[in-house]
Amino acid sequence: MFGYAGKILHVDLSNGKTATEPLEEDFAKAYIGGTGFGVKTLLDHQKPNVDPFDPENPLIFALGPMAGTMVPAMGSKYGVFSKSPESNLFGEAYSTGFWGAELRRAGYDIIVIKGKSKKPVYLWIDDEAVQIMDAANLWGQTTWEAEDIIRKDLGDPYVRVASIGQAGENLVRVGCIMNDRTRAAGRTGLGAVMGSKKLKAVAVRGSHDVQVADPDGLAEFCKELYERCRGPSTRKYRTLGTAENVLVHNRLACLPTRNWQSATFEGAETISGEYLLEHFVVKIQACSACPMRCEHIAYIPEGPFKGTYGRMEYQPIYAWGSCCGVDRLEGVIKAVEQCDLYGVDAISTGVIVAFAMECYEKGLITKDDTGGLELNFGSWEDMPKMVRKIALREDVGDVLAEGVKRASEKMGGGSEKFAMHIKGVEMTGYDIRGLKTAALGYAVSRRGADHQRHGAYGVDISGKVNRFKVGKGRGKIVMDGEDFYCIADSMIICKFTRGIWQGPYDDLAKTYTLVTGIPMTPEELYKAGERISNLARLYNMREGLTRADDTLPYRVMQLPIPDGIAKGSRVTKKELNFLLDDYYETRGWTREGVPTQEKLKELELDAYFKIVEKKVKEEKVKVKVRSRSKKEVSKDA
Amino acid sequence: MPEHEFVAADPDKCVGCGICEYICSMQKGHPFNPLYSRIRFVRIYPIVNLGVTCRLCEDAPCVIACPRKALEQSKENGVILVDEDKCDGCGWCIEACEFGAITLDPEKKVVHVCDLCEGEPQPKCVEWCPEEALELTTRDRLAKKARVSAVRKLLLETIT
Repeated sequence: MFGYAGKILHVDLSNGKTATEPLEEDFAKAYIGGTGFGVKTLLDHQKPNVDPFDPENPLIFALGPMAGTMVPAMGSKYGVFSKSPESNLFGEAYSTGFWGAELRRAGYDIIVIKGKSKKPVYLWIDDEAVQIMDAANLWGQTTWEAEDIIRKDLGDPYVRVASIGQAGENLVRVGCIMNDRTRAAGRTGLGAVMGSKKLKAVAVRGSHDVQVADPDGLAEFCKELYERCRGPSTRKYRTLGTAENVLVHNRLACLPTRNWQSATFEGAETISGEYLLEHFVVKIQACSACPMRCEHIAYIPEGPFKGTYGRMEYQPIYAWGSCCGVDRLEGVIKAVEQCDLYGVDAISTGVIVAFAMECYEKGLITKDDTGGLELNFGSWEDMPKMVRKIALREDVGDVLAEGVKRASEKMGGGSEKFAMHIKGVEMTGYDIRGLKTAALGYAVSRRGADHQRHGAYGVDISGKVNRFKVGKGRGKIVMDGEDFYCIADSMIICKFTRGIWQGPYDDLAKTYTLVTGIPMTPEELYKAGERISNLARLYNMREGLTRADDTLPYRVMQLPIPDGIAKGSRVTKKELNFLLDDYYETRGWTREGVPTQEKLKELELDAYFKIVEKKVKEEKVKVKVRSRSKKEVSKDA
Repeated sequence: MPEHEFVAADPDKCVGCGICEYICSMQKGHPFNPLYSRIRFVRIYPIVNLGVTCRLCEDAPCVIACPRKALEQSKENGVILVDEDKCDGCGWCIEACEFGAITLDPEKKVVHVCDLCEGEPQPKCVEWCPEEALELTTRDRLAKKARVSAVRKLLLETIT
């Protein structure tokens, strides 16, 4: 095989056995890589309805076909997949850096880790030699320490390490997996799944070449792609970075502030991308094979957090800045650094702390619960200390470690109404009350609250649609966005480069064939995106998802935005239902959002229809009964 | 004798993307495999990045160190030529090089050094570096450049 290494690695931590199986070409072409491999492998290898922390829940690492090559910004992307301890649904998270490229050179496309070790271990993949190593000296260490110790123990500074921090060890539901210091497979709590298996890290070293089908053709095309990576479509990421969003969102009144009590922040100026670049950014650097380079490293030169380095993006600035009412970037940078060290999702954890701040201001928690920390909105100096408390489950951190959904259920006092999550996963930084296409995208996102599954905020923010109103056709926009992002996350491209791909399916299909030698048309790739979307829906339905779960937080539906140009905007129940109906219909699903037999046949997924067969039949009966009773009513009348 | 030209990396510009390694290893017949690249980049966390390759030292210590006379410095352009029949991968040259610019072929167990992409219009890494962080230069030209930029920083920028 070209591009693909052609091998799947299976590891069973319960008995210490490892095995490999070949990657079949049919499977590769139908599911591409990344997300596609993740969904399919999870569906086939996980016993239905197991607990996310059950040894039977596999933890899957998957690469795209381009990993380890020079294709821009695809070089080191990898995805992690498992049943999420936050949503109890499909868990997925993506990271980059250098780890993925190393795994490809070691000769693998997918790693499936099952079982549970009795004592802490780490996995050491040195080409064909795969060993389960003792991790007694690593347990209890931060991700950075784990990375350093492993490199030292193995005697090779070039070994790449993906590890969990104390959060993952302690089954903190927002625990993430970190690699290359600053890169996170952040969302949906997959670090906690890793921790439940007593697996501290996966260390990799690869010595194989990565053969591509047409090296000259690829190099020629990459030269052009590199040019585009330096062009207007990636300007934002190369200059201010995603932090540019702060002031843009503030103007549009979609910058969630003080746990979504408002959508503009009076302190936006001093947490803006402009302020960050001028006062804190000391280096912009790259991931493997990326000519765009976007990694903004900030350094705090003075004050209580002097000497701290943090990798900055818009999302953590939203979570720890505006959402926590904090207008000091030092507090945000410190919090981000702590998240990377202890291994928690910096977005979710910021939203959890914002939730705790509102609880604190409302008297639901006190200084006794916080171990003496000041937790009003805006408490930038004490705020970063909450990361450690959550990771180590100290004081109120023990409850907060469960995520806002579960924490609010335990805490009560009406806190459910301001627990900002969808499907158990904390909200990301778009105030969707005034972004109604994005609101649909968020409601149906398979991994819970998320802008990265559909990118539907794009049409709202650019003004292509009236963002304050719902209308027919939003379902199609979200569906197209989802299917494209499925391919983006299967190939796996960095979404910051999405603008360089013309077509975009034309360029992506061309690249796929140059690398793998497998013929691929833009139409086939498009269809693969829809296939993967549908398969993920089937997985979620198998694990218990219904239409009722495709919903929005209480505050988004009941509390209108109080300020800015989006003032008065919210998403009503009626609007949400309208959007869902439109989306399900466009998808060719039933009214309850269930993929039909015809649709699955069209996508060559007939074999999976049995998952939802009963649901579809029951719905048909209900519809019949309903229409019959309606007829009877009209007859009686 | 004119000064030898070599590939130098500017640490302010280098972002650690590793494209130089991929291009070099591809040029040497081992696509996308840094182990075969004559230039290696190093990242020291959190923010230090630098591509490192042969400096084409005069009276090169690697040549002197080789017990089998497998290394020879080209009189023409100063590159270190490796006679693969003589080299047995003992590693004395690797130890002698203060820059870590010599690598061992993991398969053939002979050493590799940057040859400035002999036969190409310019070294491939220089051609491909997206940050223009790599250049083919001499110590003298580096010194001139450093001098001008130091004066600019010290005086011009404070005046204007």
